[in-house]
Amino acid sequence: MSFAAIREAVTHFSSLTFLLFAAVVVLVCRLLPKRARWVWLLAASLAFYAAGDWWYLPFLAASVLSTWGLALLIGKQAARDEAALTAARSTLSKDERKALKASQKKKRARLLWVGLVFNFGLLCVLKYTDFVLEGVSGIASLWGAGPIRPLDLILPLGISYYTFRSTAYLIDVFRGKTEAQPNPARYALFISFFPAVVQGPICRYNETAAQLLEPRDADWTDFSAGLLRLLWGYFKKLVVADTAMTAVRAIVSDPERLNGAYAAVLIVVYSAVIYGDFTGGMDISLGLSRMMGITLTENFNRPFSSVSTEEYWNRWHITMGSYFTDYVFYPMSISKPMQRLTVWGRARLGNGIGMRLPVYLATIITWFLTGLWHGASWNFIVWGLLNGAVILISRECKPLYARFHKRFPGAKENRFYQAFCRVRTFLLMGAIRSLDCYRDVGVTFRAFGSIFTRPGTYAELFNGQALEALGLPVASWIMLLAAVVVLWLVGRAGDRKKPAGWQVAEPLSDKPLRWALVCGALLLVILLAGQYGIGFDASDFIYNRF
Amino acid sequence: MKKHIILTRVLCILLSLVLVTALLWAAGRVLEPKYVTVSPEGSLTAEYYADAAEVSHDVVFIGDCEVYEAFIPAVLWTDFGISSCVRGSAQQLVWQSYAMLEDTLRYETPKVVVFNVLSLKYGTPQNEAFNRMTLDGMEWSSVKADAVRASMTEGETFLTYLLPALRFHSRLAELSDEDFRYAFAAKPTVSDGGYLMQTGVVPADPAVDNEALKPLLTDPSLPASAMEWLDRMTALCEERGITLILVKSPTNTWKYWWYDEWDAQVADYAAAHSLAYFNLIPDADKIGLDMSTDTYDGGIHLNVSGAEKLTRYFGHILTTTCDLPDRRTDDAYAPVWDRRANVYEQRKTERKSS
Repeated sequence: MSFAAIREAVTHFSSLTFLLFAAVVVLVCRLLPKRARWVWLLAASLAFYAAGDWWYLPFLAASVLSTWGLALLIGKQAARDEAALTAARSTLSKDERKALKASQKKKRARLLWVGLVFNFGLLCVLKYTDFVLEGVSGIASLWGAGPIRPLDLILPLGISYYTFRSTAYLIDVFRGKTEAQPNPARYALFISFFPAVVQGPICRYNETAAQLLEPRDADWTDFSAGLLRLLWGYFKKLVVADTAMTAVRAIVSDPERLNGAYAAVLIVVYSAVIYGDFTGGMDISLGLSRMMGITLTENFNRPFSSVSTEEYWNRWHITMGSYFTDYVFYPMSISKPMQRLTVWGRARLGNGIGMRLPVYLATIITWFLTGLWHGASWNFIVWGLLNGAVILISRECKPLYARFHKRFPGAKENRFYQAFCRVRTFLLMGAIRSLDCYRDVGVTFRAFGSIFTRPGTYAELFNGQALEALGLPVASWIMLLAAVVVLWLVGRAGDRKKPAGWQVAEPLSDKPLRWALVCGALLLVILLAGQYGIGFDASDFIYNRF
Repeated sequence: MKKHIILTRVLCILLSLVLVTALLWAAGRVLEPKYVTVSPEGSLTAEYYADAAEVSHDVVFIGDCEVYEAFIPAVLWTDFGISSCVRGSAQQLVWQSYAMLEDTLRYETPKVVVFNVLSLKYGTPQNEAFNRMTLDGMEWSSVKADAVRASMTEGETFLTYLLPALRFHSRLAELSDEDFRYAFAAKPTVSDGGYLMQTGVVPADPAVDNEALKPLLTDPSLPASAMEWLDRMTALCEERGITLILVKSPTNTWKYWWYDEWDAQVADYAAAHSLAYFNLIPDADKIGLDMSTDTYDGGIHLNVSGAEKLTRYFGHILTTTCDLPDRRTDDAYAPVWDRRANVYEQRKTERKSS
């Protein structure tokens, strides 16, 4: 294996090279004195990041230095402003103090905006330039202009994640929720911490930085629960997600033929893919961090047990959702233009619509941005807008639900009704999610429509051969089904008071023999049934792309 | 923390690791291709050990498909009294042939080693499937470890040779009865002393198999790395007092062209190292080969009829150029070889009638 190949493999969580790298980092971290650990973690994180491509580093450095420097300026400015305000308290009237405060805030806001424009500007240029050029080219072609060639700009690993992490920090410093970190190297560790840099979670500085800068001594529970969660993550990724992905690829590669029932299968199977892939990746990140005595923020909480879309989005990709809520939706909802819109709407359109208008607009813009964040394509934009639309429709239907529950008071607690709500939410989210898979929006909608217009395909689906045509032999389908049942059973097992990711892992730590046997069994299943090595096309984690 | 708690935890982890390794080994036995009904050439390497345990060999043929489809130990026995075997595999590369020689020397020291030179055209690892067929059956030693390291293609890892389940887990969904039947039980022998019998006839197609269509060589010399391995083979034979003979099987086809430039280089090498080199391509008529009847795959390889003709022809060369004993009256050899010759004839009759 060449050095370049080793370097590249380090950044792939599913590679043996990454595991060896991670093992060395964990071991050395435990052996070093507490105060030196953050230096080691920073060195390891930068090495990991540079392993992807040396050219990623300047972009990471730009993000780190800009947000660190501006946050420091904002912090110092805030301290000076506070001192000036205190000094002038006795000499100024209430209105004058208010005016002074506002002018001080404006100064700090300018610094904040510089940071936001620079960082989001960088993200937009690198991620969306070709998407915009494609659109411009399409429009220009209407007037006979030739195609505009894409620029194929470099897209640094995890840029969407670290841009969110760094801008959240900058905003928190501006809001006075977090103190600015004076040491750029320490701040760089927070941004670049290798288990989280590629696909999150999008941790907040005040929740995570202290742990990173002085990781506690990982004890037996940390090690054992972390290792078990790490293995569980690989099980989800290599046994569930990558196996199911074979069928997804087969269906989307031939949507003209494999539609109808196959499109319905895609909705269910792709849910297994994305769940296994993304939550598996998180389990690996969180498990690995825990082995070093660091507890990262949870990103999932049994999302498929959600009974509504709103609940689903409180349980799925939690850190991204809270970012958009805290830094986009709320500030936008209470912004001056929105307040003016409310006033305008109430005067022109009445109280009901006038009150709803800003919330609706903020919701749609937030979901548009959420879609755009996921990827530079119309599929993701439509995906975001559809999610927003479903949430708004659900909100509008609330009185209807209330009437229903008044009529059938026991329904909420009824297990069948709950199961119905869960299945409905699962299918609805799955249907919207199929936009991830197909090549464009039109193909996705046609495939979705065929579910209802091509009933003949349902009989074809279960004749055995059709399942094999999706690239998986019957035995693999059975193994996949068994793996999904295991996921479901484990999701219901353990200590429900603990966070979803630790509910089984932590209690098992107290029983070393059982823990060791479970780890062994999991390792064996991953090694035998996992999609890795020659003969398989073990795919990268889907959320690495974002 | 109390010592016994730490000890308990360590013991639990060790127990689990031992269990996982044992189960992986067992799973590997099931998952490994058995090479009995499909791709039987994958069994050739492993079959040598039982063969060598029964009787020693005066001549060992080493090389790729051009030896295991061309030289028949049973015919060398019946016609010349030579005790021989073939250590060849599909696309056996030159460093793998060197490993076969080294491995053979762990069990016996033949008087003559015949090496087929076609594989000298490859200087780098080629194909994972052929690597596995050649090396998986080899018994573990430093020789095998070196051969694995030298042969691995991109994406292959040494660990998968130690624990084949890590490679062949992709077969989990396609296991057959054969995989379970021979997982822990002995497999039927597919070769006759390393010769893999083919009885079909598919004549060569002159439209394709035409030397005029031979593509031009971009680099006329054989890869330096391949020649280095030949050097090592020569040195090892010299060190152990073995006569090394270089040979080129009498097939020259669109699939595996043999070039005059390569031939000249091998001839020069042989002359420089005082080795005998027999390019049998020009001898096809003398051997009596008829590519409309003596090949089973359009001229790429010989069938049993062609292999018998070649073996008799080469047997004469061996007996005239090397001082090889006729073992037909030797009680240590005769019973074993007479039985093997019968098995060979029976197999031939069965294959031809089926």
